[in-house]
Amino acid sequence: MKKLSFSSCMLWFGLIFLYAPMLILVIYSFNESKLVTVWGGFSPKWYGELFADQQILDAVWTSLRIAFYSSTMAVIIGTMAAFVMTRFKRSWAKLTLSNMITAPLVMPEVITGLSLLLLFVHMADLLGWPKERGMLTVWIAHSTFCAAYVAVVVSSRLRELDMSIEEAALDLGATPLKTFFLITVPMISPALVAGWLLSFSLSLDDLVIASFASGPGATTLPMVVFSSVRLGVSPKINALATLIILCVSLIAFLSWYMARRAEKRERMPLN
Amino acid sequence: MKLPIFKWLKGRFLTIGVPYAWLLLFFALPFAIVLKISFSTAAIAIPPYEATFQYADDVLNIFLHLGNYFMLLDDPMYYTAYLSSLKMAVVSTLGCLIIGYPMAYAIARAPARLQTVLLLLVMLPSWTSFLIRVYAWMGLLSNTGIINNTLMWLGVISEPLQILNTNIAVYIGIIYAYLPFMILPLYATLVKFDMSLVEAASDLGSSRLNTFWKITFPLSKSGVIAGSMLVFIPAVGEFVIPELLGGPDSLMIGKVLWQEFFNNRDWPVASSLAIVMLALLIIPITLFHRYQARSLEKDL
Repeated sequence: MKKLSFSSCMLWFGLIFLYAPMLILVIYSFNESKLVTVWGGFSPKWYGELFADQQILDAVWTSLRIAFYSSTMAVIIGTMAAFVMTRFKRSWAKLTLSNMITAPLVMPEVITGLSLLLLFVHMADLLGWPKERGMLTVWIAHSTFCAAYVAVVVSSRLRELDMSIEEAALDLGATPLKTFFLITVPMISPALVAGWLLSFSLSLDDLVIASFASGPGATTLPMVVFSSVRLGVSPKINALATLIILCVSLIAFLSWYMARRAEKRERMPLN
Repeated sequence: MKLPIFKWLKGRFLTIGVPYAWLLLFFALPFAIVLKISFSTAAIAIPPYEATFQYADDVLNIFLHLGNYFMLLDDPMYYTAYLSSLKMAVVSTLGCLIIGYPMAYAIARAPARLQTVLLLLVMLPSWTSFLIRVYAWMGLLSNTGIINNTLMWLGVISEPLQILNTNIAVYIGIIYAYLPFMILPLYATLVKFDMSLVEAASDLGSSRLNTFWKITFPLSKSGVIAGSMLVFIPAVGEFVIPELLGGPDSLMIGKVLWQEFFNNRDWPVASSLAIVMLALLIIPITLFHRYQARSLEKDL
C-alpha cells in the first residue's frame, strides 16, 4: 500500500473537521431526550413540534419569497454587469462598475447592512419612500449583494464563450438585443441558473444584512433561528437545522451540477 | 431620424446604465451617508442624530463633529475591540492557512477525476447555512457537549473544559467557517504549478522542506494572499461567531458596532466605527483586488 503523505492526511482530517459537526447535529436532531447533549433514544418528535410552530413556518415563507425575488433581480443586474465587464471596452465607467459590483464579496456584512439601513432611513426622510422597512428593503439589500456573485459566475462564463457566433448573428442583421436573447442567453443559461440558485441559497442564509434592512413586518428564518439560538441549544432548532442543511445542500449541489454540465458541454467538441 | 447607430447606442447605454444606477444608489450612496452620519452627534429624535447641513438666510452651515472619532481614541473599549478583532482575524487566517494549504495541495495533486469531487466536498459546507454551522459548534463545545463528554469518558480530564464562550471557541468557529475560502484560491494556483520544478530541485539534492520553502510556497504566493484576504477581511467584521461562541469578554468590532447601533441606538458612533473599520481594511481589500486581477489576467 502507498504510504499516506502528510498532505493527504491533512485532507482527510480537514474533511472530517468540516463535516463532523453537521453530521452530529443531524444525528442529535432525532434525539428523544429534551436535553440536547444526552442521547435518549431515536425519535422524530422534534420535527413534529417544528411543523406545529407557526412563527417558524411564517418565517420560512417570508424567507422563501424574499429569496425568490432577490435571486431573480440579482440575475438581471449581475448579468448586465457581467456583460459590461467582459464585452465593453476598457473605460472609466467599466472599471468603476466592476469594482462596485465585486465589492460586496469582501465587504464585512455589518458595514453593508448598516449603510443600507441608513440609506433607507434617509430616503424615507427625504422622499417618503420606503414608508417602513420590510420585505421590499430586504429584497433590495439581498439583490445587491447577490448580484456580485452572479456577476462573477456569469462573467467567467462569458469570457469562455466563442464570440464568433454572436458576431455572425450581428452580421446577418440581428439587432444586438435579439442576438443577446437568441444567441447569448441560451449559451450562458447554465451559468444563469447556477447564479440564480447560488443567490437563492445566499439570500435564504443571510442574517446580518437582513437584520439591518428588515422592519417589524418581515422576519426571515435566520432571524428567528438566531434569536432562539442566543438562548441556548434546543432540540427543535436541531431539527430545523437538519432540514435547512438538507435543502441548502440540495440547492448548492444543483447549482454546482448546472455549472459543471455547462463546462462539459462546452468542452465536448474539442475532445 | 432613426439611424440604427442611435438605437445601438441606446441599448449600450441601458446595459451599462441599469446596473450602474442600481449600484450607485444601493452601494456607493449608502457609504457616503455612513460617512456623513459619522460626523454627526446623537440626539433624541427620529432619526436619532443631528443634521449635518443647515441652510438658512442664504448661509449653508456644515457641521462636522469630530467627537465620535476622538471618542474612539479616548475610550479604551473601542481600540481594544479593534485590536482584538485584528488579532482574532490574524490568528484565524494563520490557522486556515496551516490547515488549508496541505488540503489544497493534496487536492491539486489528486487524480483529475477525484479533484472535482474533493473540491465539491470542500465547497459544499460553505454553501450550506453559515448560521447553522456556527450553531452546530455550540452543542459540541458546551460543558455538557460531546467533546467534553468524550474526553471525560476517556479519562483525559476529570472536569469539563470551558471552551464555549471563550476566545478559543471563536477561533474554532472562524477557522471552521472560512476554511473553504482559503482552500479555493490556493487550489487554483497550486493546480497550475509545474511539478517538474520540484523534481528538478530534488534531483539537485534539495531536501523536501527546503524545496517547499524555496519553490512551492513562493510560486503559490498569489493564492496564499488571495485566500488570506478572503478569510481576514470578513473575519475582522465578524458578528455572528463571537456573538454565539464567544464570551462577554471576547470583544470584536462587528459585535461592538451591532450593540452601538441596536442596543445603544447611537447611530453616529456606529457609523464612525464602520468608517474606521473600512479604513483599516482598505489595504487588505486593494491587495486582494490586485492579486485577483493579476491571476485573472494570467488565466486569459
